[in-house]
Amino acid sequence: MAEIHLEIPPRLDYLAVVRLVVASAAALDPPLPESRLDDLRLAVTEACSNAIKAHRPEAEDEPVVISCRLADDRFQVDIRDRGPGFDPDALSALPDVADPKRLQHESGLGISLIRVLTDDVTFAAAPDGTIVSMTLNRPSPSA
Amino acid sequence: MELEISDSDASVDTHGWTVLTATGEIDVAAAPGLREQLVELIEAGTTELVVDLEGVDFIDSTGLGVLIGAVRRARSADGDLRLVCTNSRLLKVFDVTGLDEVFTIVDSVDDAVAVAVDGI
Repeated sequence: MAEIHLEIPPRLDYLAVVRLVVASAAALDPPLPESRLDDLRLAVTEACSNAIKAHRPEAEDEPVVISCRLADDRFQVDIRDRGPGFDPDALSALPDVADPKRLQHESGLGISLIRVLTDDVTFAAAPDGTIVSMTLNRPSPSA
Repeated sequence: MELEISDSDASVDTHGWTVLTATGEIDVAAAPGLREQLVELIEAGTTELVVDLEGVDFIDSTGLGVLIGAVRRARSADGDLRLVCTNSRLLKVFDVTGLDEVFTIVDSVDDAVAVAVDGI
């Protein structure tokens, strides 16, 4: 199984680089379909953005680590930060879009987007931080 | 690619509506520039806005949040903010978040202004 590792400073202006590298890795044969590459770009951006914000106050001089694992049947990307972690299930639900109060909430979409756009995601506490693992299934050769 | 926003002097004024044209990627790094431009316009009394996203090929949740905040501010001032977008990549993001029900999303600036004028 091929692996690609990327280390970035905890800076938001590196997100475009992360999108480019991760999507390029996922486009290797057998490539994810273009629509799934779009899903991956957005999911990785959301997860990495959260990681950078959590990591920076704890370890500004250390990198956020992005690891891509290319198996025959799936593409997995892990994002490891040094942040204190969080409980994704404890996040408050946003008001329904038909509720005028929805417009009061400018944030809070990131985790739900990751869940919708990936085939599997886990948020795991590590001894020194948090690991978000996202998986997108790769098409079978006969597909 | 950088986010480029036409400044207020360069914006096209159509039927009283101001059109902002964004290009590039609206992610968490670029979104503050868009927020600053929109807030500045609305606070100056420009509350009927069209944001043209035809040159945008990526938007994340922070970019969406900027647009949510702007439409709230505009509507609170009896105005509105309409979006021009035909990019399926972006439309999918509006769809999966349900925000296609919050925003008026049309195919062209002309349509946005027509919708505005017709009050549809």
